[in-house]
Amino acid sequence: MNLFCVGLSHHQTDVEARERFAGHAETNCILREAGCTEALLLATCNRVEVYGASDKRISTDEVARCLAREIDHDPHPYAAPFYRYEDEKCAQHLFRVASGLDSMVVGETEILGQAKKAYEQARAGGVAGRYLHRLFQRAFRVAKQVRTRTEITRGSVSVGSIAVDLAGKIFGDLAKCKVLLLGAGETGERTARALASRGVIDLRVSNRSEERAAILAQSVVARAIPFAHWTKQCQEVDIMITSTSSEKPLLMREKLEPMLRARIDRPLFIIDIAVPRNVDPGVNELGGVYLYDIDSLQSIAEQSLALRRQQVIIAEEIIAEHVAEFSKLLARGLNTGVGNSEPRSIGDTASQTL
Amino acid sequence: MDRELLLLSTICFLAAVGRTIVELRARIFRPVGFNFFAIGLGFIFQTGFLSIRGHALGRCPLTNLFEVLVFLAWSVALIYLLVGPVYRLSLMGAFTAPLVVLLQGIALLAPIDKPHAVKMPANPWLEFHASMSLVAYGAFALACIAGVMFLLQERQLKTHQLRSIFYHLPPLSDLFAAITRLLWWGFALYTLGLVAGFFIGQPLPMRQVICAIGVWLLYAAILQGRHLRRLAPKSVAALCIIGFSAALTLLWGITFTGQMNLP
Repeated sequence: MNLFCVGLSHHQTDVEARERFAGHAETNCILREAGCTEALLLATCNRVEVYGASDKRISTDEVARCLAREIDHDPHPYAAPFYRYEDEKCAQHLFRVASGLDSMVVGETEILGQAKKAYEQARAGGVAGRYLHRLFQRAFRVAKQVRTRTEITRGSVSVGSIAVDLAGKIFGDLAKCKVLLLGAGETGERTARALASRGVIDLRVSNRSEERAAILAQSVVARAIPFAHWTKQCQEVDIMITSTSSEKPLLMREKLEPMLRARIDRPLFIIDIAVPRNVDPGVNELGGVYLYDIDSLQSIAEQSLALRRQQVIIAEEIIAEHVAEFSKLLARGLNTGVGNSEPRSIGDTASQTL
Repeated sequence: MDRELLLLSTICFLAAVGRTIVELRARIFRPVGFNFFAIGLGFIFQTGFLSIRGHALGRCPLTNLFEVLVFLAWSVALIYLLVGPVYRLSLMGAFTAPLVVLLQGIALLAPIDKPHAVKMPANPWLEFHASMSLVAYGAFALACIAGVMFLLQERQLKTHQLRSIFYHLPPLSDLFAAITRLLWWGFALYTLGLVAGFFIGQPLPMRQVICAIGVWLLYAAILQGRHLRRLAPKSVAALCIIGFSAALTLLWGITFTGQMNLP
């Protein structure tokens, strides 16, 4: 009896290739036609993988045929570069996947939820038995340890989420913050929505086109401010997002400085995502003002990714420890250790064989 | 026996410092858990030391510079244990432990634990004055630590260079709220201690009175500036650091000269 993983991911294939396999596979087919005793399908936008337990070596072509069933009538549907991992390599691969090390954005945590969901579905369907139970439970443990013992999930990697995180670092509770969205750019709107999702209630929108401002205000549940009056808002708001198409800076240091005197104990966070920039960079030198333009936000995204990449080594060490332990369990037929209880309703064949 | 307890306490705080350094170097900093436990244990040993010393002296153990430093370290740890969890400033432990190690390290290494030739009679007003003032110093020390954290966070936000520790620091608004509250607590306690000083019933050395009033005026000015919104949060944070450094120097001066003048 061995554990195996057959699949393809964003490392080897483009989205078009993955689309041919994702979302259409049936684990029953893999069990029945490929000859597995247990099988679990993990299909996300970045990977399509089958985890299984079998007595004999199963051809990747067989798995590919099952994955591509009913959707692809191409004469060469299996030309995609499937990888294959067995036993401890399979465990290592799953531990890396669950921990976000194999993800397109290193350290993302969504994959763990997807793996848990896939496992629950397989368990409920009776196609995941003792082997996969142990393998996945261990993978979830490893992912949790990696998350808590390293900084791999630290920092955001998208402009919107970085802006929201920074706002949280300055103001703490965002519910009391007043936000002005200047301009009707798409990224600005997304950032405003992200702030609203974190509790911001007082949202104001100002745009040269009053009609566009009104539409946007309605869409993000905000108050429209006439464009002629937006500068006065600098005295009131806590966060300002600028994304107008103005060729020249709209907010100069000289204009803002006198307004800050009335709000000496309240910081002002400015997110300038316009190109060319809407805010004079000299504004950042003013006390209590934190100005971030698109370059600085992207630079933070890169810093976050770099920090995450540095953590990969520590995460790999944690995984290696678990792989070594799991290999010992595998050698003993997974019959000892903590959590020996069977999952509900495993396939009859699987339980008899094991 | 009492010095052994103090040594054990210092080791606990040193363990918190060591752990923080190792984690910062490995870029896997996690402030909660170990630091709080180590500081809590260190605080128990500190309390044990002060209790034994107090019983031996028959009064509050504030008779020489050695005891003043230990009492101050105890106050810092006490305020941290009270304030840290309430304001979710768990990272403060990483900054508190080095200060306590420094204070207790000086106390243990410097030859300043000189017993008085004459056993001084207990004076409740004097003891109240000294202990309240030192607990107030503990609050000022924590305000200073929160000030360091504020400036560290503010600098990273200004320069857009976010280090690993950035993600563990509390928001600027929370830190500033903690600084303000600690300043008010410290100021109230210090005022109580100062007023009690006038009821001691002995002639007060003019230099000490001037120093004590100077510290009181300094913190009163910071709080007034904050209250009237004349001082920006960054300036308040910086003044907390400057204020505590000055207050600590004056405390050392007062205690050291007081000790020198003893028979």
